[in-house]
Amino acid sequence: MSAHTIVSLLDQSTAKIPKDNYITRENGLLSWLLTSDHKRIAILYLISLSFFFFIGGALAGLIRLELLTPQTDLMATDTYNKVFTMHGVIMVFFFLVPSVPATLGNFLIPMMIGAKDLALPKVNLLSWYLYMAGGLLALYTMMVGGVDTGWTFTTPLSTHYVNTNVLTTGLAVFVAGFSSILTGLNFIVTIHKMRAPGMTWFRLPLFIWAHYAASILMVLATPVVAIAIVLVMLERTFGIGVFDPAKGGDPLLFQHLFWFYSHPAVYIMILPGMGVISEVISTFSRKRIFGYTAVAFSSVAIAVFGFFVWAHHMFIMGISNYAVLVFSLLTMLVAVPSAIKIFNWTFTLYKGSITFETPLLYAFGFMGLFTIGGMTGVFLGSSGTDIHLTETYFIVAHFHFVMVGGMLMAFLAGIHFWWPKITGRMYPEKLSQLAAVVTFIGFNFTFFPQFILGTLGMPRRYASYPPEFQILNVFSTAGATILGVGYLLPVLYLVWSLKYGAIAGNNPWQATGLEWQTQSPPLTENFAVMPIMDHEAYDYAWLEGQQQKDEQQHRQLHERQKETEVTSAG
Amino acid sequence: MPDSPAIAHEADNSANGANTANTEHPPYLRHHFNSTEQQADASNFAMWLFLLTEVMFFGGLFTAYLVYRNWYYPAFVSGSHQLNVVWGATNTLVLIFSSFTMAMAVWCAETSRRRGLVLCLTFTFILGLGFLGIKSIEYSEKIEKHHVPGLHYSLSSFLDPAHDAAARAAGDKPLPLDMARKTEVYFSLYFLMTGIHALHMIIGIGILGFMIFRARAGAYTAGHVTFVENFGLYWHFIDIIWIYLFALLYLISRH
Repeated sequence: MSAHTIVSLLDQSTAKIPKDNYITRENGLLSWLLTSDHKRIAILYLISLSFFFFIGGALAGLIRLELLTPQTDLMATDTYNKVFTMHGVIMVFFFLVPSVPATLGNFLIPMMIGAKDLALPKVNLLSWYLYMAGGLLALYTMMVGGVDTGWTFTTPLSTHYVNTNVLTTGLAVFVAGFSSILTGLNFIVTIHKMRAPGMTWFRLPLFIWAHYAASILMVLATPVVAIAIVLVMLERTFGIGVFDPAKGGDPLLFQHLFWFYSHPAVYIMILPGMGVISEVISTFSRKRIFGYTAVAFSSVAIAVFGFFVWAHHMFIMGISNYAVLVFSLLTMLVAVPSAIKIFNWTFTLYKGSITFETPLLYAFGFMGLFTIGGMTGVFLGSSGTDIHLTETYFIVAHFHFVMVGGMLMAFLAGIHFWWPKITGRMYPEKLSQLAAVVTFIGFNFTFFPQFILGTLGMPRRYASYPPEFQILNVFSTAGATILGVGYLLPVLYLVWSLKYGAIAGNNPWQATGLEWQTQSPPLTENFAVMPIMDHEAYDYAWLEGQQQKDEQQHRQLHERQKETEVTSAG
Repeated sequence: MPDSPAIAHEADNSANGANTANTEHPPYLRHHFNSTEQQADASNFAMWLFLLTEVMFFGGLFTAYLVYRNWYYPAFVSGSHQLNVVWGATNTLVLIFSSFTMAMAVWCAETSRRRGLVLCLTFTFILGLGFLGIKSIEYSEKIEKHHVPGLHYSLSSFLDPAHDAAARAAGDKPLPLDMARKTEVYFSLYFLMTGIHALHMIIGIGILGFMIFRARAGAYTAGHVTFVENFGLYWHFIDIIWIYLFALLYLISRH
């Protein structure tokens, strides 16, 4: 590991956290619960998201423990069904979908475009309350017995055959969906209407482009899953006949409506993560992102293509061969914009002045794991291999590589990268580098064996398996333990850093974004004077010029002070 | 894409100079906006986006309608004949008229006519309630004839149309049993689409009540009309949805 670092901290003996900032401006619990400040809402989200993540993670731990041995011994098969369902529901709807947008997006979008707040601050707070309502309802469901349909609520299983709490879970997802719609809507309006003078579309940081694309998906796709869930709930309670084959309804219609959201939803999850990676790669290689325009438009392309690939979840469910052919082809097309991103990030690194701080380590983890996750997606997109691999552990491994290996790595990269901005203090570098490496190793141990298990034919969603699969499952469970440690470490040292971390100053990474040109933690109104954007994004020459100007001013001030001292002494 | 509105605002300011100076901070301008235009622009845009999500929400139902109508055409025709076109047409007129009164309300707000605004909003409120009243008459007809999907659903109107006044009037022939059963899909969609539409009406009427209360106290006529304008968009949107529902559910199988 390189001894170089770009971190430039103030002299710690004299450095102070600015007295007036968004954390100290008001005090008391109510000032947080009734806030309309996007930064405080981001913190609310960060705390609640982490809470749900650890519940979902604990459920994952139970799954891995059960799968340690071939027999069903830890829990009954019914319980196992509930555990993996609740793991999926909580992780997808209450962690992955809101993760980066609701925390980092909320905090940073107004700051990056030079605005005082999101366009609709009260709607922003409402969306957090909706999120909490949905989340608590999901927890309540878990307490009173859970649900065992899988997170996909497949009909007619969910409408006719299970006796578990489909209604409350459905309602929880429906309410959380509204929260997501409002967040996306707020972001789109903000990015259109709130940009600072000079902040044109092609001067926006790529983080903003990625969030813009993801917001389009949230706004257009989420209502469709909302109606699908309403239909399931009504079919269950009133026995209407929209999905019920006995009455002439078609269960496949449910699948179409569900995946029309839930496929774009994976891009809702991954696109904001890609935005984080763009910022991190540029900062830690001190270069403008290679092919800025291509990366910006690839986000939009992913959003657009994302709407036309949903039926690849249904190749084995009896849709027509022609549909399979077309959706297979369209699915392959998504690989193109994703590859554009990966290649452009790699070219950005080429001949850059790279330093290996924690955010970049996570970003490297993202690039490697997302590439594997994405390539195995191409296997699954081609119908021939899909028919062999679908409903096996290959699928499980594939989407965990994208979601956990991709998205969660990006989330952690972003949290570490902007931690100094959010809290005003640095996290401990060495310890966090260790955590990044532990996470990477643990992740690969957990999920790589599942690719092999899948190709060998181990089906997903069963509590037992033939004994010959045990060795790989033991690997996977052991890996999950390491991964758990990797996730716990940041919680511990980040909380520690709130009090004991080094004081960060405005711009510890020497990054170019507008959010770094103001104090950390920022003022409630973000900027003391309204910023004017007079340079391109990722313009490191501009930053150096700016710093030289600052230094000059300091020197002049200093000299003037000396002169006055001399004259007053003389 | 036009450039940032913030810049446009700056240009405005320098052009108008002293003119804008005294109107710079009206009380309704929220702290994070630079100008009232930017504020109105943003909330207007947000409303259009929200309506877009509504289009997608109803889109799922329209898709279901399209698929099943193609599959079970005879059942959809017979089902449609059971609806009361007179009540449906009356309701369409009621809603179109309410859209007119709503548009007038927006105009009154923009031209600062407080009494006119209260009057127009009240008219819209009453017409909205009237729509729901007529809808409930129609629903009770369906309940009496056991056309509500579920345990008590009755197929007699479709198996034996000679003994059903509405079916006889439309000249229906008896459907084979398996096709007659599919009328339940039609009525499922009928109740879903009109029911979700009615839910939107109820929410709209609730907001109208709130607005009348506020307008009497003098709100919306002091320059800040965004709320009335945005609600107007919502109300027209529900109206348009109903016009589609009327065409698809009531009219499409009549000659």
